[in-house]
Amino acid sequence: MYHQPDTLEEALKLLASGPRTVAAGCTDLFPATQARGLSGAVLDITRVAGLRSISRQNGDIRIGAATTWSDILRADFPASFDLLKQAAREVGSVQIQASGTLVGNICNASPAADGVPCLLALDASVEVSSARGRRFVPLGEFITGVRTTVLGDGELATAVLIPRSALSGKSGFLKLGARKYLVISIAMVAARVVVADERISDVAVSVGSCSPVAQRMKALEAILLGCPVEVAVSKVTPELVAANLNPIDDIRADAAYRLTAATTLTRRTLGEILLDTK
Amino acid sequence: MNRPEPAINFSINGDEIAVPSDRGRRLSEVLRETLGLRGTKVGCDAGDCGACTVLIDGAPVCACLTPMAQVAGRDVVTVEGLSKSGLDRLQQSFLRHGAAQCGICTPGMLMAATALLNENPDPTRAEVEEALSGVLCRCTGYTKIIDAVVDMDRTALPQPAAGASVGARIERLDGVKKVSGAEVYGADLMPDNALLVRAIRSPHHRATFELKDVAEWAKQHGIEVFTAVDIPGDNRFGTIPAFVDQPSLAQHHVRMRGEAVALVAGEPSVIEALDLSAFPIVWTPEPPELDQIQARTSANLLHEARLGNELIAGRVQRGDPGTALANSAYAATLTINTSYVEHAYIEPEAGAAWMEGETLVIQACTQAPAMDRDETARVLGLPRERVRIIPSATGGGFGSKLDLSLQPLIGLVTLKTGRPSRMIYTRAESMMSTTKRHPARMTSTIGCDTEGRITGMVFDGDFNTGAYASWGPTVAIRVPVHASGPYFTLHYHAEARAIHTNGPVSGAFRGFGVPQAAIVQEMLYDELATVVGIDRLKFRHLNALRDGQATVCGQELAGVGIAECLTALENPWRDALERAATANGKGSVLRHGVGIASCWYGCGNTGLPNPSTIRVGIAADGRLKLHQGATDIGQGSNTVVTQFCADALGLPVDAFDLIGPDTALTPDCGKTSASRQTYVTGKAALLAGQSLRKQILQMTNMGETAAFAIEGARLRVSQGTQSRTIELESLAPDQNGYVLSAQETYDPPTSPLDENGQGTPYAVYGYGAQIAEVTVDTELGTVKVTRVTAAHDLGRVVNPMLAEGQVEGGVAQGLGMALMEEYIPGRTENLHDYLIPTTGDMPEIRSIFIECADPEGPMGAKGLGEHVLIPTAPAILNAIRHATGARIDRLPALPHRVLKAIRDAN
Repeated sequence: MYHQPDTLEEALKLLASGPRTVAAGCTDLFPATQARGLSGAVLDITRVAGLRSISRQNGDIRIGAATTWSDILRADFPASFDLLKQAAREVGSVQIQASGTLVGNICNASPAADGVPCLLALDASVEVSSARGRRFVPLGEFITGVRTTVLGDGELATAVLIPRSALSGKSGFLKLGARKYLVISIAMVAARVVVADERISDVAVSVGSCSPVAQRMKALEAILLGCPVEVAVSKVTPELVAANLNPIDDIRADAAYRLTAATTLTRRTLGEILLDTK
Repeated sequence: MNRPEPAINFSINGDEIAVPSDRGRRLSEVLRETLGLRGTKVGCDAGDCGACTVLIDGAPVCACLTPMAQVAGRDVVTVEGLSKSGLDRLQQSFLRHGAAQCGICTPGMLMAATALLNENPDPTRAEVEEALSGVLCRCTGYTKIIDAVVDMDRTALPQPAAGASVGARIERLDGVKKVSGAEVYGADLMPDNALLVRAIRSPHHRATFELKDVAEWAKQHGIEVFTAVDIPGDNRFGTIPAFVDQPSLAQHHVRMRGEAVALVAGEPSVIEALDLSAFPIVWTPEPPELDQIQARTSANLLHEARLGNELIAGRVQRGDPGTALANSAYAATLTINTSYVEHAYIEPEAGAAWMEGETLVIQACTQAPAMDRDETARVLGLPRERVRIIPSATGGGFGSKLDLSLQPLIGLVTLKTGRPSRMIYTRAESMMSTTKRHPARMTSTIGCDTEGRITGMVFDGDFNTGAYASWGPTVAIRVPVHASGPYFTLHYHAEARAIHTNGPVSGAFRGFGVPQAAIVQEMLYDELATVVGIDRLKFRHLNALRDGQATVCGQELAGVGIAECLTALENPWRDALERAATANGKGSVLRHGVGIASCWYGCGNTGLPNPSTIRVGIAADGRLKLHQGATDIGQGSNTVVTQFCADALGLPVDAFDLIGPDTALTPDCGKTSASRQTYVTGKAALLAGQSLRKQILQMTNMGETAAFAIEGARLRVSQGTQSRTIELESLAPDQNGYVLSAQETYDPPTSPLDENGQGTPYAVYGYGAQIAEVTVDTELGTVKVTRVTAAHDLGRVVNPMLAEGQVEGGVAQGLGMALMEEYIPGRTENLHDYLIPTTGDMPEIRSIFIECADPEGPMGAKGLGEHVLIPTAPAILNAIRHATGARIDRLPALPHRVLKAIRDAN
């Protein structure tokens, strides 16, 4: 049975009554089946009031679960969100961006999800709602492995929240694939940097497609923090990048290449951001 | 209990409608199946190809990813909505620019472009490239599509006068229905009351299987099941009579993943809901043989009589290459490995079957209607007169749709049930069960003297031909004939073996193995030019085959245009080298390089007959009809063949009505393969036109230069002040209903090759050379091809717009083969893991056409379709080498392989 409720309350009630496939942009659901339609119990959240929205809440930015990549491209965000806009332009195609949602991208939990490294670099947390109430889970804990999340019975990811602290600084995103468009990445890097007095005062770097779940480069961030801008890029070493990653060999590339590429992309992403901050 | 579905209200192309539908159903299904709006095409059902792009509230979305529930209350526009009052400006621009070839992606392209133009009426090329990046095209290389969006002001191309169409840039004669969305492809056929058919396929590369209680399972579900035991004829098909070996439905064991073992047929709603994984079958997998080198020594023989799993070996031997190489000043050796390459046409196989009296009629996408008829008749135990094949429009073929796919399957269901049937392959099914380009492992040594003249060459290749023969013999024979490239090579030995494995069947793919062989030969030419110290273009020019020189088969050719192609590239080559040197002078992680490679390719079957027959007639009412049996899979034979006939007859192309292809209506024009239609069918059309003209001149006693005009039911023949009129209604019609007609057959004059491969394999060859310019990121190993300059000798350019389209599309496929395409059975059975170039991957392409008339070709014309792909990959690989020193020995040159090769080189 296909449900398309108008209110969150109704949606959560449906979800509480039994397992359902949650549908929004359907850009992952349909490719997973050869059937002519979605079958079983489907909860379509695209008409739930308030879910397709970008808003400010106590200084944080809240992106509702039905917000599409196209919405993100059109939104008025601070420069620290440039990474997300750059990723939005590279997700699938214009067609996918028009339907696919950012929160759906997270919930699908692919190691190559374009949105995850961006949101990690923005210190995002996920708003998880159920008939029982709401909880907020940091994104790094929300995705637990390849295509698995903490979402339990009756729970719905209703938004991502980016804290006020992540709204400062500049950011960038680089995605590497074997072709220009419509490509699943071999590696990708998202970074956000705050510069004060020509030194890095805050930094977040994350890498996707090089581990089961995209990772923050904690070891590298520790080295970069406080670093003078002009030497920052030179601090990026393969060892520091590798410290938080666990890449695999697959049809797109081998593991060693992924580490090399992640290092190069990290240098370039930081280089471009820092060039901008001068 | 099934409740009636509530109606969903929305607007479609401006009309408010209410459609009862399951709310989770794909919009693409409802548009096509319920509303009959079949202009929206389905290529992948996964958002990978964009063919189903429609506008919802103005935004381009994939209809295959949109559940009906999300359409309620919204405004949907499909391709049909663009031309409510004739073709719109964009559609006309597509027509005038030649932006549609096969046309299957055209509706998606039009909708994506419309969305852009609604927001940005005057976009840049880059903006168009990005806006169209979600729609894949396998034919055009995107160039003309982007041209059509950027330059919508091109006016209608002038119609050439009678007798002057050859050489003119005319629009495709079948173009309007491609840009309007009205063209009927295999999946667009929906006979009333048709059964839906699906196949049960092997999930294993190699296995035995046991069918359980299939009859009971069928009864439970209210469907019919057919297996190998139901096949009334000889359950084998294949393209080459001596090697016919592929079952339509396997019995007891399967030799490849995707092999069909049973069919289910029933009411569409029942078949759709069926869980095929519950089919009562027990598989016993066995260890497969997947590598052609290991298969040569394996005890696992795919076909008992084929020892060493060798299907066939082809060989060409001339002179004494061993001694010649031993005495050469320089010699170089290289081993290259290539991958399976998937044709990746955007139209998965589809079609329908029905009975017309005692005749089984099959309408499906194909490149070879007469072969389909003969093979289907054999499998189904019917005399061939009882099978009629009507090719649907074909949404790309490139060689794979030469083989049977669903024809015997839907034929069986219709024959057994008496009901119409319909089958549409899923993308995965298409990719896993149809043919591929042969993976090859090739080793070659070429020598030259101190001045750079080629002294000798040896070539040895193992080509993975997969589980069944298909066109493996053709590849094994063609490769040794062509592996020298278009160069004078006095001492030569080449052998190519087609080796069976449990991989997918390797068959025909644009070039039949020659593109793989050209890679090793052209890379070796760069090696030799470099050691001798000669410019790489000059080195090729020095060795280019010239008129009167013998080929490696001992054939002396005339009208050889390779030297002229290379000459035409001299200035672009110098400019490209300068551009690269200047860019490299700046010092960067980006390195720029230039590469060059040539091609030659014999048109038509190798040393075997392959006639085409064309009929042209004028009916009593004055209609002029051309029975054109060559399947136009996008390359343009409907237009080109008509151009020849029109000029020979002396009437304009728009005077012709085209009939066919249809095995009941058109004489056999052979298959659309081997770059033969322009040459072979074109020549038959030329002869038929000439013959009809001669008859008319004799009837009217007028001279050679007389002009014809059809005026209603009269044919007026005039010359100077003289004019005579034939009252067509006064003439008696022949058995085909024509009062004036001609039918002519043309078969290329060739001879079989002897045991050393000596003879006249082809009567006509085409030639070409391409320059590729690349930028390599030396830290990431990524390669961007920035420009390709392609010089091709066409003998006579019949239609420059179509010819450019062939070049641009061939370059795209060559680029894909060089840089990204690698089909891995079981891993890349979709269009997001199997990558083909998008708009953003294409270089700027410049075509230069050379006309060295061929004495045998119609008006001097030669083939072009496959030639255009051959030089691209080696030119790119040579450019990577030039840029970085990296020598790629395994294709595709994915970033990690390029980076490793760069590191190995330094």
